[in-house]
Amino acid sequence: MKGSLIILSFFATGLLLGIFRWFPIGWFENDYSFYVLCALMFSVGISIGNDPTSIRQFRSLNPRFIFLPLMTILGTFAGILVVSFFLKNRSVNECMAVGSGFGYYSLSSILITQYKGIELGTIALLANIMREVLTLLFAPWMVKYFGKLSPISAGGATTMDTTFPIIVKNSGKDFAIVSIYQGFVVDFSVPFLVTFFCSL
Amino acid sequence: MEFLISLQLNSLKMFIVIAFMLAGIAVGYLFRRWKFRFINGLIITLIWLLLFLLGLEVGTNENVVRQFGKLGFEAFLLAFAGTLGSVIAAWILWISTKNKKASK
Repeated sequence: MKGSLIILSFFATGLLLGIFRWFPIGWFENDYSFYVLCALMFSVGISIGNDPTSIRQFRSLNPRFIFLPLMTILGTFAGILVVSFFLKNRSVNECMAVGSGFGYYSLSSILITQYKGIELGTIALLANIMREVLTLLFAPWMVKYFGKLSPISAGGATTMDTTFPIIVKNSGKDFAIVSIYQGFVVDFSVPFLVTFFCSL
Repeated sequence: MEFLISLQLNSLKMFIVIAFMLAGIAVGYLFRRWKFRFINGLIITLIWLLLFLLGLEVGTNENVVRQFGKLGFEAFLLAFAGTLGSVIAAWILWISTKNKKASK
């Protein structure tokens, strides 16, 4: 929990600096976050390769984990379906389209804006950023109560990049391969599922 | 509409990111005699930096900030429900694999 609060405070600090423009203008001409992500993935790689047990444990993973992307997608739809009954001014298909972003906010929000307009597109952007942030903050709690696969499902399409280090930290290094596989499959499904629900 | 968000990646960048991790695994494996004690501290520091940058990118997106009050609650409900649903689905899969191990 303490770790999550520190992460949240870094996010909040960035958010406030961004909102009030307390940073040099033109800063985002440079792709800093991408360089940081590359450095982060390299470091996570070192910690995996350096640990003799983690590579051996890859082989002992349960083959059933291959169904994890399917569980992620079905579980998300079930949750969205329930909450869509409470959102009276949105259709079930619109809610499903937002849920089909699986945390991939840049792509899903652009697609939904194209198909359904800027308001639902903005909801998709916000909801999918929130999904990523929820995963980053509550990953330790999820592992504790719902098992080591749960933060991987929660991360949805982001588990091979932005949420990957948090998942490895909380579920363990032997789940790195599950996380990348899951992220790859769900990521691939986003444009198809979003388009499908927007066309209904 | 253009979003100022570059943290999420196109497919070329995705492969670059994975390549960096594979290179890291190779380096970690080749130097497995050395214990990289600083690496966990480095990882958490980079995570903080990345989250700070994510906050900056979201905060400088005027569209998101302006609409947050109006659409934020709806978005939160959808995010929470989708996340919780997938967490429960993953829990079901997790329990089913545990039971299989126990019955063997």
